Amino acid sequence: MSHLLSDSQVMVGRCLRRSVRDPEAFFTALVLPVILLLLFVYVFGGAIAHGGAYVNYVVPGLIVLCAGFGAGTTAVAVATDMSSGIVERFRSLPIAAPTMLLGQVTASLVRNLVATAIVIAAGLAVGWRPSASVLGWLGAVAMIVLLIFAMSWLAAAVGLLARGAEAASSFMLLIMFLPYASTAFVKADTMPAVLRAFASHQPFTPIIETMRGLWMGHTDTGASTGHEALIALAWTIGVLVTGVGVASWCLVRRREAR
Amino acid sequence: MSYTVSAQAITKSFGGRPALDGVDLDIESGSVLALLGPNGAGKTTMVRILATLSRPDSGTATVAGHDLLADPVAVKRRVSLTGQFVALDDVLTGRENLEMMGRLLHLSRARARQRAAALLTEFELSDAADRRVGTYSGGMKRRLDLAISMIERPELLFLDEPTTGLDPRSREGLWATIGRLVEDGVTVLLTTQYLDEADRLADQVAVLDGGRIVARGTPEELKARLGGGVRVRLQYADEVAYRAACDALDPVIADEQTLRLELLTSGTATDVHELLGDLERTGASAYRVAIDGPSLDDVFLSLTGAPSSTSTLEVSR
Repeated sequence: MSHLLSDSQVMVGRCLRRSVRDPEAFFTALVLPVILLLLFVYVFGGAIAHGGAYVNYVVPGLIVLCAGFGAGTTAVAVATDMSSGIVERFRSLPIAAPTMLLGQVTASLVRNLVATAIVIAAGLAVGWRPSASVLGWLGAVAMIVLLIFAMSWLAAAVGLLARGAEAASSFMLLIMFLPYASTAFVKADTMPAVLRAFASHQPFTPIIETMRGLWMGHTDTGASTGHEALIALAWTIGVLVTGVGVASWCLVRRREAR
Repeated sequence: MSYTVSAQAITKSFGGRPALDGVDLDIESGSVLALLGPNGAGKTTMVRILATLSRPDSGTATVAGHDLLADPVAVKRRVSLTGQFVALDDVLTGRENLEMMGRLLHLSRARARQRAAALLTEFELSDAADRRVGTYSGGMKRRLDLAISMIERPELLFLDEPTTGLDPRSREGLWATIGRLVEDGVTVLLTTQYLDEADRLADQVAVLDGGRIVARGTPEELKARLGGGVRVRLQYADEVAYRAACDALDPVIADEQTLRLELLTSGTATDVHELLGDLERTGASAYRVAIDGPSLDDVFLSLTGAPSSTSTLEVSR
């Protein structure tokens, strides 16, 4: 047990090294956020009717979008590990099985927080002006950390369940596209009825609205920030518990199946 | 006499199909045992069980002085496994791989670094130490894999088909490396499909077929069971001569379609000469003759009376 910390440290170090050396993970974490921001603000933004500067609307949506891409990277990384011989080596060592996942999840957290910071910085640079107090900022950041943590565990679970990297990446594609059918980029009331119903009730909407409420002082759905935050918390904690549960079940099952 | 491995009646099945069907296995401390068998014989399953990576359905085993089922963690600490598929991080360098594994074996940072440097030299990887493992050749990867197994000298080293897929030169090099580890007194359980590999490295050979040990002995004893050892292949041009030869001899393989016969002989010049003379006299002289050393197929032939179901294509070399 006393080694848990140093083992995890080594695993985190390994995963961070791999992230830095993986051009795709590097691109997803550092370059993609900027490209997406510029794309939405300057290419689509002009055409999207919105009272005020579009950047003031779109930042929370972009953060969620980037978190989706980041989760994709994580799922692929876990699936790649699981299908390679290195897992057998780790399992033959006197270390706790979950430390492997802890490394992946922590690296995922770091990559996605960097991506989020880049979205925020780039947003501020092109004119995003949140009206939030320090407390509001803290709340928004806490929401982001919880979201990324939950999505990283979900991605780890998907990576463990998937047979190979391709399968993991195609499943994660669903999650990457989910934000488009939310209030991330346009208001729900501009959508056709069925889609609007979906957008209003899917998990990303309350998460985005919580950030929007905290940063801009008002949500886009008309509901109070506190109301949205409660639903957002329920979703993220639900996803987190599911992710951790499924991942643990996979680890146990792997141990027993062989 | 002390034993590093003592396993009794190990069974394991996958989806109702038995992979191991009551295997007993003892390995004397400091010796090398080769588990010989074709693909699917259960070699890897047995190794994975003894290395605590898999649980047997039934049976008991003591490995490196500890009960496999009661105290797998203690066993884990004393054994090391180099698998069929190299267990390395391709994105990290050779040195980083060694240092990482050293840290996971709970060496201090400084000690892990020091051990990595020493092993890189010992396994002739110093020049490639700071290159990513993805750029290594097959032989270099196996050497690094072995080096990782030796970070803390294990009591028991599992080598699961260590040279499968290597070119002859890398194989030779790896054998030499394994030989040095054995001289250091490490007990080794080696699995292989190749008789020459067992011959070269092992003190004892156990032949696994269909989940059971079908023979056990020194490489010499095993070869002796082949009747001294070489295989004579006779190719006939016409059926009359083929039939005459079939009647006159005691072939282990007789193929009517291709008119081919195979016999096992002692391999001495006198014996072969006599055999061919006999054939000449009975008017069954062959159209073409080939003589081969004993192969794993021959071991299976002599032990089981038939080529092992999966062996014919995969192990003929």
